Amino acid sequence: MTRPPDEPAAGPAGAPAPAGHPAGRRTAPVRGAHFALRNRKLVGGLSVVLLLLLMGAAAPLLTGQPPNAEVGPPNQPPSARHWFGTTNFGQDVFAQFVYGLRSTFLVGALGGGIAALVGMAVGFVAGYRGGVVDEVLNMITNVVLVLPSLAVLLIAAAYLDDRGVAVQSFFIGLTSWPWAARAVRAQTLSLSSRDFVDLARLSGTRTAGVIVREIAPNMSSYLFMTFILLFGGAVLAAAGLDFVGFGPTDGVSLGLMMHNAVNWGALQLGMWWWFVPPGLGITAIVGAMYIMNVGLDEVFNPRLREM
Amino acid sequence: MALQVSDLRVHYRTVRGDVRALDGVTFALADGEITGLAGESGSGKTTLGKSLVRLDGRMRHVGGRVELDGRELPIGDSARMDRFRFHEVSVIPQYAMSALNPTRRIGTMVRELLRSRGIGHRAVRPELERRLRLVGLAPEVLDRYPIELSGGMKQRVVMVLSTLLDPALLVADEVTSALDVSTQRAVAEALVEFRDRGYVRSMIVVTHDLSLVYQIADSIMVMYGGRLAEKAPADALVTAPRHPYTRRLLAALPEPGVRHEDKRLAGIPGGPPELLDPPAGCRFRARCPLADDRCAEQPPFTEVAPAHFVACWKAG
Amino acid sequence: MWRYFGRKLLIYLFTLVAAVTVNWMIPRFMPGDPVQSRLARASLQSPEASAAMAEYYRGVFGLDVPVWQQYLNFWGSLLRGDLGTSMWLFPRPVTEILAGAVPYSLALLVPAILLSWYAGNKLGAAAARGRWLDNTVLPLGYLLTAMPYMWLALLLAWSLGIVAGLFPVAGAYGFGLQPSWSLAFAASLAAHWFLPFLSLFLVALGGWAIGMRNLIIYELESDYASYLQSLGAPRRLVRRYAFRNAMLPQITGLAVQLGTIVAGSLLTEIVFGYPGIGYLILQAIRNQDYFLLQGAFLFIVIGVLLANFVVDLVYVLVDPRVRVQMQGGAA
Repeated sequence: MTRPPDEPAAGPAGAPAPAGHPAGRRTAPVRGAHFALRNRKLVGGLSVVLLLLLMGAAAPLLTGQPPNAEVGPPNQPPSARHWFGTTNFGQDVFAQFVYGLRSTFLVGALGGGIAALVGMAVGFVAGYRGGVVDEVLNMITNVVLVLPSLAVLLIAAAYLDDRGVAVQSFFIGLTSWPWAARAVRAQTLSLSSRDFVDLARLSGTRTAGVIVREIAPNMSSYLFMTFILLFGGAVLAAAGLDFVGFGPTDGVSLGLMMHNAVNWGALQLGMWWWFVPPGLGITAIVGAMYIMNVGLDEVFNPRLREM
Repeated sequence: MALQVSDLRVHYRTVRGDVRALDGVTFALADGEITGLAGESGSGKTTLGKSLVRLDGRMRHVGGRVELDGRELPIGDSARMDRFRFHEVSVIPQYAMSALNPTRRIGTMVRELLRSRGIGHRAVRPELERRLRLVGLAPEVLDRYPIELSGGMKQRVVMVLSTLLDPALLVADEVTSALDVSTQRAVAEALVEFRDRGYVRSMIVVTHDLSLVYQIADSIMVMYGGRLAEKAPADALVTAPRHPYTRRLLAALPEPGVRHEDKRLAGIPGGPPELLDPPAGCRFRARCPLADDRCAEQPPFTEVAPAHFVACWKAG
Repeated sequence: MWRYFGRKLLIYLFTLVAAVTVNWMIPRFMPGDPVQSRLARASLQSPEASAAMAEYYRGVFGLDVPVWQQYLNFWGSLLRGDLGTSMWLFPRPVTEILAGAVPYSLALLVPAILLSWYAGNKLGAAAARGRWLDNTVLPLGYLLTAMPYMWLALLLAWSLGIVAGLFPVAGAYGFGLQPSWSLAFAASLAAHWFLPFLSLFLVALGGWAIGMRNLIIYELESDYASYLQSLGAPRRLVRRYAFRNAMLPQITGLAVQLGTIVAGSLLTEIVFGYPGIGYLILQAIRNQDYFLLQGAFLFIVIGVLLANFVVDLVYVLVDPRVRVQMQGGAA
């Protein structure tokens, strides 16, 4: 199984796509869980993600006030009263941070989810049907792949008067699926020549049926890892968009915090507490997910584990 | 005796424990002998072939010795083993079709390989070209990339390259399984020719295909569950097999030349033993129609007729 | 040969058409009437600019002509190099403003991309199968790729620029200087260039290192590597082959990553106030200069397409398999 020369070596933001192992029959779930719990990368990454997710979910409990309210004197460094200090406007940075986590997770799940759905649909159909369908889908994939997605997002965001997290996720999802489609297509190609797929095809199952019942379950681990990478990519894309100034028009996000920090001179004023936490939060979420993915890869692919 | 293998044990390290792929293998190979090594998938035959040349990352040499012309081969020590590789022991791998670096011209790769082993390319080049012609290849293939050659051509290039330094022992691992029937014959005959011309002294031909190996081998070894079940001169093994497993194997044989790799033999109920924690005694016991209480004890690999070794209590 | 490049060029042509169409469609078909609301806002700032804007919109979106005619008009003005007039720097044409910013963006991007690619590959190759280095490079690589570009830029600007005072953190050269061929100007240019370059370089470096590490491990387990080792080839030769072969997918990876790195450079420029395309985008957004924004988008797309084409050319030069197939000698 040599990697075809035009297969991308990397996923979004330079994160490597799941290695090109041929998808196989499902790992026995019990044994999988056993190795999953013993894998330090997986457990560590998952813990960080869950901790931050919990913080976001419990935001109203962690802070008494809404994120954008003026609650104290401006420009305060971190203290017992304001853990992450305050902004130029006397807003509590910690409150903004925990509420910002919410939109970060939301945009990751929605944007990553949409990208995964589109990428899988295109990849499955292209890989399974082949022929002209494959050619056309491949062409579309290549076109969207070459288009720099942040630039497209900027144009779209510029003409939107109301920007919510959902709309942002929608556009991110629509621009970030191509590498996933390629990866899924390659996996589907290798699976669709297997006996059990042939059998299903010969017994008259329709394309959608074969894909949903035979192909997708057999590469579920691969699909899950693809989703994780898309999640991370969507988080980074949203942060970039927010930072440029196209953040959600209502509410807070980690990218928007950095945007405001730079806009109001936090850098020159040395207010590090304003821009360090949001970036750290994003790095922690995305990094933990990447590490988790490496762990998952080891759990799903015993070959890597045994080395 | 060119090759003497005594009680060789090689295990695969896995997270679930050691898989005893070779669990006490003993045999000898005479100068000029071609022996076929047959057995089901998972019997350990490929592991045996690899052990004599290069253990892969997960294999551990646990016990036993291998001697070639009276010198011990340090099979557990890859760095020391390098001196023997290519010169003394060599291999035609199972994956000969993909054994050549896809981004190097074949000639360049050969030159770089030879130089890295401290061998002058100039001195060897005429012999290399002669041998390529012998297997029906123009020396111009050296100016080609592997992608420009057919599978059969790549196979022959690898065959020539592996034997270029006239090794004492060659392991040919499933060399015919990826080829069509007529090419299989040609490759098998080329192996004999190489031996006859002295390019290779002795040879172990690892195969699923008993009928093909029967045509070229002087002797045949049958492996089962990490141990040798039987070794005998080719005719004796085919006409008068002693081990019940060999008999079943021969009975289950389809038409000559037809491959049956990876399929469990129809004539033998049950599956090969789990080598992670193998049962005591004879490994074939659970599937053997003749088994009785005595088989709970491991049968020795004894010579029951001249050059005919069997590991079975019932073979006497 | 022509088939290969023909195919690639077709893809790029489609991409360009898609980009232009997106550019045309978005202001036209967004919910509400974005054009009207933009005009309303612009007229508050400068009546003159607003008039120019209204005229341009009328020209390309003239509601009295059918939609396909509007689309063709849009292409027509595009092909004449007319991307409209800037609102922010009225009445300078958008094309001219962007052309002035391109050198700065390229000065950041080209060295950052090439050097990070080279260093990342070296680092990843060294890390593969080396216990100590692998345990350092891998987590560090993941950390770097997980960082938002602008955050690393902020951290560097704050630590090396503001706190340590080693480098300036705003603009492309000192305030008191005029562009000239002097040593002082060159030094100032270099000092201002360094931090944005470094932050781009570092984030990209992590991705390349991880990619190379995984590819090399894959190559070292490949059949040709095993065969060479079976013939006693020294580690050096095997690794050299593995490295060369792993470079090939990394070159394709370069094409795939270009968009991301370009996006990263936009964000980095914003942090450092570096006067490239990214900085213009920020100004365009702040000043609601939609023509400038759309022009910047087209410039970026065209730049990425050109770079992709260069990568394709290089790939053909280095991968003998593609070359052989092109010459029709495939087996």
